[in-house]
Amino acid sequence: MTKRSFAQHALSDWMKGTGPDADIVISSRIRIARNIRAHPFPMLATNEQAREVMERLTSVAENGRLDGLGKFDTIELSELNELERRVLVEKHLISPNLANESRHGAFILSENEAVSIMVNEEDHLRIQCLYPGFQINEAWEQASRIDDIFEEVADYAYDERRGYLTSCPTNVGTGIRGSVMMHLPALVLSQQINRILSAITQVGLAVRGIYGEGSEALGNLFQISNQITLGQSETEILDNLYSVAKQIIEHERAARGKMLEESRVRLEDRVYRSYGILSHAMILDSKEAAQRLSDVRLGIDLGLIKDVSPQVMNEMMVLTQPGFLQQVFHEKMSPEQRDVRRAELIRQQLISKSDHGGVST
Amino acid sequence: MICQECGKKPATLHFTKIVNGEKTEFHICELCAREKGEGIPGTSNGFSIHSLLSGLLDFESASTVHGFGAKPQPLRCETCGLTYTQFSKMGRLGCSKCYSQFGDKLDPILKRVHGSTAHIGKVPKRAGGQIQIKREIEQLRRDLHEQIEIEEFENAAQLRDQIRELERKVADS
Repeated sequence: MTKRSFAQHALSDWMKGTGPDADIVISSRIRIARNIRAHPFPMLATNEQAREVMERLTSVAENGRLDGLGKFDTIELSELNELERRVLVEKHLISPNLANESRHGAFILSENEAVSIMVNEEDHLRIQCLYPGFQINEAWEQASRIDDIFEEVADYAYDERRGYLTSCPTNVGTGIRGSVMMHLPALVLSQQINRILSAITQVGLAVRGIYGEGSEALGNLFQISNQITLGQSETEILDNLYSVAKQIIEHERAARGKMLEESRVRLEDRVYRSYGILSHAMILDSKEAAQRLSDVRLGIDLGLIKDVSPQVMNEMMVLTQPGFLQQVFHEKMSPEQRDVRRAELIRQQLISKSDHGGVST
Repeated sequence: MICQECGKKPATLHFTKIVNGEKTEFHICELCAREKGEGIPGTSNGFSIHSLLSGLLDFESASTVHGFGAKPQPLRCETCGLTYTQFSKMGRLGCSKCYSQFGDKLDPILKRVHGSTAHIGKVPKRAGGQIQIKREIEQLRRDLHEQIEIEEFENAAQLRDQIRELERKVADS
């Protein structure tokens, strides 16, 4: 992998459309926050201290300690231009905070892009594991292994009473944030979603849109994550997240089944209409694209559309983000130009992925 | 779609705000969004968890103001120099020592965010030998009580021996 390839290709491991319950769960992510005891947190660190932290933590990859887990690359943020940073955020490989606000920020990325270890984000170390499908426990096991490796070289800020110490008290204790990204079109269409989401927030979980804090749930994609990090063990936290997500999956499946049974033609009309628009439209804004992609994805998952793979849908979701569009077409664009290019890209993708063309029923 | 604020530029930010069940939709351009300073996701002035948290903290300090007395010394972390007031504005701590320096003052916040003030999860291997054993002893004690309550005395005796063994380990090291 060259340093630039991650910024040019949309495909990461998490977009493969594989894994358990992949018809509903797009991806599962674990992020753990850690700090080095002897240094102030990144917000208050001097440039010198920030550089020291970066060197110490990135040396873990350079000394080959991560080799047992695959191939890794270390990239310093200072090597990347603004557009490349944006693309990495759109692929969920780094956080907006690392991209825009870090000093001596860096990240260690695995070849399949499933592991991204951020240095000098809000905390000294943020280990992220992002897996396709519903694999929250697998992601945690991997993150915990990496945590153990870093612990060998870093004296973690840890307190017997408070646990792992973090810059923001909302992360203290386990420092763990698990999130499950789910596609819930049937619950949205049948208007059950609000009831379900408000129930979720009452059991210590939070719901966000696909691009994190405060973002709208575009394309019926919802990210469910734990809020509590202190006073529960990692297992308890993830069991809670797992069982709630599992219930939502069941509700979504039931709602899809009911729609197929009770209003099949309406559903088919919706799916094929959106498929037609995506295949032929000349202008698509991001909101419409996200909605149409959601309809087509639903069609694929219900077996109505057979010649487009779920992976293509995940790729398009990321490819059609503003940063990626500009990266693909090598030009800076106004929002109107982006809408034209977005439509162009989606048309190309759908044509190249379905050679025999048209809809098979 | 044209920006509903300036009516000139194309609207690139679309968001829905729901306050007490009342839904308002906004379609505005980036420039107006920034000027408006609404909590718009994705923009740098967006409403963040930190501002929410500092809201909680402000409330905290307001409710603990007592009488007239002399102006108290500002609470400050000796290691990194961050004051408690700065912390309540930013919602972030400066270094690992802040936790012990601000001590119990953090309890109400942690309680409100997490419903708890003490960690029971993973322990670093390096620092954790002792802690791990202490945790294990606590768990065994709980099991012991359970076994006694259901009158499984043989199991209880075994657990008691295990606890003694571990306690010796702690004392030796």
